[in-house]
Amino acid sequence: MQARGGVGSESRRHHTARPGRASTRLLRFAGLTPFAIYVLLFLAIPTGIALTTGFFTDDGEVTLDNLAGILEPTILGTFFSSFWISAVTAIVGAVVGALVCYAMLGTRAEGGLRSVVDSASSVLAQFGGVMLAFAFIATIGVQGVVTVALRDIVGVDIFENGVWLYQVPGLLLPYIYFQVPLMIITFMPALEGLKSQWAEANATLGGTRFTYWTRIAAPVLAPSFFGSLLLLFANAFSSYATAAALISQGAQIVPLQIRGALVSETVLGRENMAGALALGMIVVMVIVMWGYSVLQSRTARWQR
Amino acid sequence: MNANTRAAVRIGTEPGRVARGVILGVVGAIFLIPILAMVEFTFRAGLGGEYTLDHWAGLFAPESARTYRGLFTAIGNSFVLAAVTVAIVLVLLLPTMILVQLQFPRLKRVLEFICIIPITVPAIVLVVGLAPVYSVVVNLLGGAVWTLAFAYGITVLPYAYRAIQANLDAVDVVTLSEAARSLGANWLSVLWRVLLPNLRRGILAASFISVAVVLGEFTIASLLNRTNLQTALLQVSQSDPWVAVIFALLALLLAFVLLLSIGRLGATNRNRSAS
Repeated sequence: MQARGGVGSESRRHHTARPGRASTRLLRFAGLTPFAIYVLLFLAIPTGIALTTGFFTDDGEVTLDNLAGILEPTILGTFFSSFWISAVTAIVGAVVGALVCYAMLGTRAEGGLRSVVDSASSVLAQFGGVMLAFAFIATIGVQGVVTVALRDIVGVDIFENGVWLYQVPGLLLPYIYFQVPLMIITFMPALEGLKSQWAEANATLGGTRFTYWTRIAAPVLAPSFFGSLLLLFANAFSSYATAAALISQGAQIVPLQIRGALVSETVLGRENMAGALALGMIVVMVIVMWGYSVLQSRTARWQR
Repeated sequence: MNANTRAAVRIGTEPGRVARGVILGVVGAIFLIPILAMVEFTFRAGLGGEYTLDHWAGLFAPESARTYRGLFTAIGNSFVLAAVTVAIVLVLLLPTMILVQLQFPRLKRVLEFICIIPITVPAIVLVVGLAPVYSVVVNLLGGAVWTLAFAYGITVLPYAYRAIQANLDAVDVVTLSEAARSLGANWLSVLWRVLLPNLRRGILAASFISVAVVLGEFTIASLLNRTNLQTALLQVSQSDPWVAVIFALLALLLAFVLLLSIGRLGATNRNRSAS
């Protein structure tokens, strides 16, 4: 159905295209198959397996035990930890990132400052993981530069109540370190979309700087800001490498729980637990990303 | 230009010079601290306060080739993976995108949807399903490290798609290919001599960002028990943290340079079309 419509509309647009020849149409569709097969094998099938293994036992019988396992207090606790660390770092990242975007308003988009900030942001947003863990061990590890400086110069021991860097609270600073750059990348286009005519109109009508930001910019930017906030939440929620490198033992957040379920063969009958946890993560991710795309489409309204 | 900027500052749409300097200065300084802490760490003699150049000098010593053999192998693996991943992007994704743009405009939304799925399916979830898939792949193709690139091709899909699509949207490929066809070019020369040169920037940007993502990938390699740069760095850090941090810094620098050059490509592109 769709294929026929597609080729039909093509023949109207392309004078060179010869419509109605079944063989060329087939040939063109054949061009799409390599990519389709690749995506099927390495995206659709793995995702399908990840989402369904949770419903089976090792012997292939259907069970709901693994899903019920999510409701165990320890696992619910890891979901809760994942939630709050993602929420806190998303909010801090969004606010600081938005401030940086604001500071860059009015600089030339092709200028040196902007391209350095853009590239640094891309690197830090996508390139975290193990190296980020190293960076923070060198900074606020037990012998880290900042730890030692605070102890020797200011006299404050940040690890007075025990070393928290290798626990869930230790993830806060490294996560913020990759959240802020992601916010800069995703929010900058929206902020640049503010039209100077709106500010002029505001000024002409006797508005102040305050009314411009609260009555005009804030409502226009709100969908984009909260959309980016959701994207940041999803980013932290699905992040694995930094936590894996910092926290070598235990499973305090969901991705580490999946590691535990995948790697350990000692806990019998729990291999499929990874599937149930994956399903739980996907449910959260789909809801969050759905919210993101709804807010994105509202943003697009102002960017025409 | 200058008058415009001053007006913008006065009516409050843009920050003043002082506000901009303070915000960028403070945030920039805070974000530099961990990087500088890494640099400082590579010069430490031990856990005490003494400094030494030994860790950097040791990299180039002949005996280091033996000591860090595992790490160098892993770096080799990562570059092989980066190359195969870029090949997957260029051979599988790029022709499909061009074909869809030219022949199946209605499938554009479908393709876009497929290409952004990997953002919603995080690597840690994908790896749960990749484990059984890879037991089949190993049976068919052997356990060589490059096979991991099939998974990485999926990981880079959203980034590569966005880079190429931005270029496709900026160039009117339909008109270009029709013009070439009516001048008597066959499809192969349309692709090779008309479309690819026009899509050069998008292709380069997609390749660079794919390389950067692959060099930074840890989750899939680690959980499928393969060795790449990141898993090796974590392993080396347990015996020789200084070398691990030195290589982490070098990798960060390489990624920064790659992405900075993407930015410059885009900038020259915009300047050209503006003039």
